[in-house]
Amino acid sequence: MILSLNIVLLVFLVVAAVISLGVKDLLSGSMVLGIYGFLICLLWAEMGAVDVAFTEAAVGAGVSTVLFVATILNTKRRSTD
Amino acid sequence: MNAKVSATIAVIITGAVLLYGVADFPDFGDPTSPANAGVEGGAPSASLHFINESYKETKVPNLVTSVLADYRGYDTMFETVVIFAAGLAIFVILRNLRSDDPLPEPLPATEDRFIDGDHQRIIVGTTCRIAIPLVQIFALYVVAHGHHSPGGGFQGGVMLGASFILVALGGNLRDALARLGEDTFMRLASLGILIYAAFGLVPQFLGRNFLDYGVLEKIFLTDGPEMARSHSMLGVEVGVALTVMSIMFAIFANLSSRGEMRGGL
Repeated sequence: MILSLNIVLLVFLVVAAVISLGVKDLLSGSMVLGIYGFLICLLWAEMGAVDVAFTEAAVGAGVSTVLFVATILNTKRRSTD
Repeated sequence: MNAKVSATIAVIITGAVLLYGVADFPDFGDPTSPANAGVEGGAPSASLHFINESYKETKVPNLVTSVLADYRGYDTMFETVVIFAAGLAIFVILRNLRSDDPLPEPLPATEDRFIDGDHQRIIVGTTCRIAIPLVQIFALYVVAHGHHSPGGGFQGGVMLGASFILVALGGNLRDALARLGEDTFMRLASLGILIYAAFGLVPQFLGRNFLDYGVLEKIFLTDGPEMARSHSMLGVEVGVALTVMSIMFAIFANLSSRGEMRGGL
């Protein structure tokens, strides 16, 4: 476990989470959520949970982002709140 | 605005409670913590047993796979069923089976939903065509090599499903459905769970517990129950991969075409 790398990843994680909640454009929001998923994946890989990191990279950062985009294309792109 | 304020307060309180709880955790990777070493005078720790004995008992070097697919096989089986149920729920909510209905009104091509112009389509399409076979081969490696390296049925299945999603994204949904039709992927999703259940039921017929793979040495003709458990884990992973692959693609196809399975992205 490398403490400084952990701190950098966690700071980016919080930034990505806040941005993905804050943006009005849902497409940007889901992209930032993909970044969030990938940062979590890096954090898990760095802590030794490689299997979990692999799943997160495939599901959290990959497929779920695609599903969000597919849904946004069929609904509205702007968030109202 | 009021809802936002109360939600923020709820989040802050929950976060404070969680941080308070984390303070009582044992240190990261502490070998003397109760979860790793067991409680004095109590039952021996399960994780110690997995760490020390799982390779001897199953001949699977990847501890995570042996716990997921063998020791905790019952959980994994119903995780797969949960994924299957999620796919079925999306199917039931979105799928429009009346094919004589006209296609839904195409959405207005405003600046708002302009993502990919035609001039970029050839670049995206060519990149996807190059990437898809590599993704699929790597996915098969991940499924087949899950015992020895990180990976397994879930990860490999998601990657296989993603490769078919990539066909739809790089070209169109019709091309993807021509390669993996709706009948095929719904059958494959059920088949995956049936494979898993068969690995549970066959040991029962041979007089052992559900998912007790060791007895399958009589069928696989391996020397000893350890290799039978290892081979059964591979079979189970293949079942999981089939279900996950089909359901991932089913969810995408239903979502992107609004349940019509025509048009779409």
